[in-house]
Amino acid sequence: MCTVCGCGSGELRYNGQPASQRDKPARPGTTSQAFRPRAGDASPWGQAAPPRAGARARDAASTANADAPVDTAGRLDFGSGPAHAHAPGLSQAQMVRIERDILGKNDLLAAANRSWLATRGILALNLVSSPGSGKTTLLCETITRLAGAVPVAVIEGDQQTEFDAERIRATGAPALQINTGKGCHLDAHMVGEAFRRLHIADDSLLLIENVGNLVCPAAFDLGEAHKVVILSVTEGEDKPLKYPDMFAAADLMLLSKTDLLPHLRFDVARAIDFARRVNPRLTVMQLSSSTGEGFDAWLDWIRRGLAGARRPTAFQESRT
Amino acid sequence: MHEMSLAEGIRSIVEDSAHSHDSSRVERVVLEIGALAAVEVEALRFCLEVVLRDSVAESAEIVIDPVPGQGWCMQCALTVPIAQLYDPCPHCGSYQVQATGGTEMRVRELMLAATHDQPEH
Repeated sequence: MCTVCGCGSGELRYNGQPASQRDKPARPGTTSQAFRPRAGDASPWGQAAPPRAGARARDAASTANADAPVDTAGRLDFGSGPAHAHAPGLSQAQMVRIERDILGKNDLLAAANRSWLATRGILALNLVSSPGSGKTTLLCETITRLAGAVPVAVIEGDQQTEFDAERIRATGAPALQINTGKGCHLDAHMVGEAFRRLHIADDSLLLIENVGNLVCPAAFDLGEAHKVVILSVTEGEDKPLKYPDMFAAADLMLLSKTDLLPHLRFDVARAIDFARRVNPRLTVMQLSSSTGEGFDAWLDWIRRGLAGARRPTAFQESRT
Repeated sequence: MHEMSLAEGIRSIVEDSAHSHDSSRVERVVLEIGALAAVEVEALRFCLEVVLRDSVAESAEIVIDPVPGQGWCMQCALTVPIAQLYDPCPHCGSYQVQATGGTEMRVRELMLAATHDQPEH
């Protein structure tokens, strides 16, 4: 669940049907319970980090908190601040080193997905972008152009509605819609469930259209071979710098809607330069779903990926 | 981003580890959060305070050790410090810098109370 965009884990739906009860219920006293400070509560955090009980993060700028955002010339910067003092305790307590990744559970499920895909020779691509970049149109055009040569299946992630899955099914490809409810991203568990509910042929292409969101999906490995970020030329060319995590996580950037370039003041070279500042290894292709310009390179890239998709051995490197 | 998901992940790791060490109370949780991990420490602390309530780590001290960002400059063939993913190399000014460190989000260690020290509730 996301405090930034307000998403939650409830109301998850597959093709409009509620997820099974095996999905974890909200824990009482956590998500469903309103946060409240306890009267007379001493700081549980130690002096390095006074709690701002009930305070919004944004209010914290005025406190003397080491984690508080830095306010410089009208800009609140939550990304900097000094390290915390680490005061050693003197109890009979026991210090245990555990070294566990916070996203380890998702990454474990993603590794299982990756292995499942590799043994079947399925190339999975995780398509990420802001809403309205033309992901679904791009998918429909891709499916149409691959028809007869490469079987394609699609997993659609949206907060609500089955509109996108219906558009994909109209092309003849099987599609499963995941409605994340309050969620802002797909995670490895949701995608693993989708594998069991959608018929995905061996040696096929699986396109996973993530929730339109340039922030949260960057952190969640689904088991895909590549994240493909789509930036349409109707968006700002500075987006790679404004949302760097997604461009850093992607292997390929598709600069889409290039047929509109004559009508816009969009500097293609600048956009690509910004994207490569964030990720020097990023491959970039320009294309238009309306005119088909640039599709040959994109389809060749997919075919090369399919050729190397089958791996009988377990895991490919998950992330860098 | 999604600091609440992360806080729930931390609670689950802390509860598992405390359980496997037969401990019923956690006094301190030490996290390592990389400067390039896209985590707002402020928001994470807020979420942890809510999520750890009624858990073995209720009122545990949360220590967050920041890990500085590091990148590999392809021009200089050197590891250099960076504060943002799009920072240039401080030596040559090139943007051919690939992030190599400071992307971690990890529960590093826990201080577990002695087993006879039961929680009050």
